[in-house]
Amino acid sequence: MDSGGGVMIRLWVSFGGGVLFAVGLSLGGMTRPDRVIAFLDVLSGAWDPSLAFVMAGAVSVFAVAFRTLRNRKQPLLDTRFDRPKWRHISPRLVIGAAVFGFGWGLGGFCPGPGIAALPGAQPDTLVFVIAMIAGVAAFHLTRRFTKIGGPSSYAHRTLL
Amino acid sequence: MRHDWEFHVVDTVNWLRPLLGGALIGLSAAALWGLNGRIAGISGMVGQLLGPDGGWRAAFLAGLVAGGALMLSFLPDAFSTTAVRPLTVTAIAGFAVGVGTQLGHGCTSGHGVCGLGRFSVRSAAATLVFLGGGIITASLYRWIAGAAS
Repeated sequence: MDSGGGVMIRLWVSFGGGVLFAVGLSLGGMTRPDRVIAFLDVLSGAWDPSLAFVMAGAVSVFAVAFRTLRNRKQPLLDTRFDRPKWRHISPRLVIGAAVFGFGWGLGGFCPGPGIAALPGAQPDTLVFVIAMIAGVAAFHLTRRFTKIGGPSSYAHRTLL
Repeated sequence: MRHDWEFHVVDTVNWLRPLLGGALIGLSAAALWGLNGRIAGISGMVGQLLGPDGGWRAAFLAGLVAGGALMLSFLPDAFSTTAVRPLTVTAIAGFAVGVGTQLGHGCTSGHGVCGLGRFSVRSAAATLVFLGGGIITASLYRWIAGAAS
């Protein structure tokens, strides 16, 4: 399965997955920070609930696929499922999610839509993505030289 | 006087397009899982891009940009042309998203879509926290910006 051809097919599947993901994000309205903020700002008097449908559609399709595949030993084109290993709700998870939520509500961008909106070359999109990469790099650099953040499932495969 | 078809246009933008868009996101995540055995978590791909298994992550992120370019030509109104926030605020937001997603091991895609779809309690907790954080921040920003102007 790890022949050169297999590697190439998996890379193309990945690329195609990214294309489809971006089509879904933009069709759904996630690439518009104004709509994301109108969704999150529930008490504004002009609440836009439409992005809840994006979440509902995405979760239900993935849930059906995941359940359908749950008894399979391996994925179709690779040797194993890369299952998330972490199960407990740690302080690190909660603090990280809170910091992410703060940034999401502040700017109206989350990582996927920010990257998918890059071709529009809007100044705010570029600033968001550059600042996000800086945040990711700052985190991994800090972790490399200190023990801040506790144990990580990224321990053996970090950014830097 | 609004015609009947106008209501349909408004309605589909409000729920059918989001639902369809969401279904395509779910399909993408399902394909990546079923074919390659990988979770479609965007922040994880960014964080581990330079790691030993970065190839498929780079390919997915490149596809994300290519798909964005495709949609920019077919559906330009799916993208903003004016910034909703001053650029300094967007920069702070971006940095927080970068740090927070690495600390919390995921974002809207990894925890929100794939995690909830797997019925992971851990991801459900993360999703509740970042959704709550987003709601509080967006509301507070409106109040503070309103009071300042």
